[in-house]
Amino acid sequence: MPRYLSLVRIDESTAPAGGPSPELMQRMGELIEEMTKAGVLLDTSGLTPAAQAVRVAWDGERTSVTDGPFAESKEVVGGYAFMQCKDRAEALEWTRRFLSIHGPEWTIACELREIVEY
Amino acid sequence: MWAVRPQPTADRPTPAQAIETVFRLQAPRVIAGVTRIVRDVGIAEELAQDALVAALEQWPRDGVPDNPGAWLTAIARRRAVDLVRRREVYARKLAEIGRDLETTAPPAEPAEPDGIDDDLLRLVFTACHPVLTPQARTALTLRLLGGLTTAEIARAFLVPEATVAQRIVRAKRTLAAKNVAFEVPYGPDRAARLGSVLDVVYLIFNEGYAATAGDDWLRPGLCEDALRLARVLSGLMPGEPEVHGLSALLEFQASRTPARTAPDGTPVLLRDQDRRRWNRMLIARGVHALERAGATAAGPPGPYALQAAIAACHARAYTYEETDWRAIAALYGLLAARAPSPVVELNRAVAVSMAEGPQRGLELVDALAAEPALRGYHLLPSVRGDLLARLGRVPEAREEFLRAAGLTRNERERALLLRRADQPSG
Repeated sequence: MPRYLSLVRIDESTAPAGGPSPELMQRMGELIEEMTKAGVLLDTSGLTPAAQAVRVAWDGERTSVTDGPFAESKEVVGGYAFMQCKDRAEALEWTRRFLSIHGPEWTIACELREIVEY
Repeated sequence: MWAVRPQPTADRPTPAQAIETVFRLQAPRVIAGVTRIVRDVGIAEELAQDALVAALEQWPRDGVPDNPGAWLTAIARRRAVDLVRRREVYARKLAEIGRDLETTAPPAEPAEPDGIDDDLLRLVFTACHPVLTPQARTALTLRLLGGLTTAEIARAFLVPEATVAQRIVRAKRTLAAKNVAFEVPYGPDRAARLGSVLDVVYLIFNEGYAATAGDDWLRPGLCEDALRLARVLSGLMPGEPEVHGLSALLEFQASRTPARTAPDGTPVLLRDQDRRRWNRMLIARGVHALERAGATAAGPPGPYALQAAIAACHARAYTYEETDWRAIAALYGLLAARAPSPVVELNRAVAVSMAEGPQRGLELVDALAAEPALRGYHLLPSVRGDLLARLGRVPEAREEFLRAAGLTRNERERALLLRRADQPSG
């Protein structure tokens, strides 16, 4: 049963300023409970804004540290979910459900990445 | 070795596949909700299939509903209620001509979400009911709750598909013939019935963890199915410490999967495993589940919580040398008192040999030599060979390893034991 990391990408410039509404948090809580009870959801969290992020880069010789916000990035990872599903179709279905509980005020996309098992 | 599984050629599921996926995810709940109305798991499964057919007809035209599970359940329930009504009308007609039939009135609908959880739990206890043979419980649980097809179950257990199909049909008939109530047991019966459920899930896991036949040493598919079932049970019975104990045990065991086999498929023993390859997320989940087992327990820990605590001792040790064998030996002592079995005693002997030396372990193993339950069990001579080798009694050790190699039904394990017979001290 493959495991997947769903990277939730949001456009911070257009995302609702107050973050998710209480109604969305309610729906999210219900879906998280359903996914947990289905034995699918291993871990999930939202992330603090990219403005508070810090990047550490390696250029082949040394590391450098840059504080957010990062001008060039329009879409940022706003959260993640680790899932274990029977197959890709199942992971897609849960992802579709997660996206569809957001209202019209959200522009949001999930990138579904399968975890390498070795 | 990083080997990425080949991706399915079809990148995106077809609409029909997507609908079948939705159905498979919801099927246990749909079947459970319908069983409460028709009181027959076999008929409930057929009505659920009818709902799938309806979805395949309507969704491509009207789109997938926001809550597909509720949609499927509503359709299947409606048909169930129709069926019960038809039966009642039929029964009335029969009664009019001087016969009478027992009928059950359809319960009020719709059920609130909690009700669905209750139905699912009833289905769990029904599929694992003691009137069924252990094999039937396993097959029915994987089919109704694990969402496996008959073909998948057959492949996993290395038996012909017809055999599994037969088992499932018979199990459904037995449940109907014995009038097994569709209910969650409470009272004095509950502990034993819950034990039966947990044992079924553990059996499925073990079948995958140490395949008893063939040369496929690890059939991870079944381990994952069992792990998922255990996670589902934790959600359905959050107040049951042993459910969390089983979850914890399986999370810990599964965390070792990446390290249990070498790239060529040969088994790697616990002491030789590269612990950096143990899955930390699963270990963390195991620790969390074990904490919940402790937090919900009113009395001393049960057998699954104790086994999970032993697995936690291994998980906590970053190297084999750091293993707290005294703690493990003590936990096996508790387990032997709580759920005595020759296999537990054998494991306790290993732990004691690590904590107090091989001579002490050998005494415990030799006390088991006459145990009829262990006759033919390859791990007895295998453990004994290991202890003798550690004591420098090489010829005797060789003999034991050869005996163990002759007893195991697993090709890869046989090869490992023959290698040990060649070099007992290796």
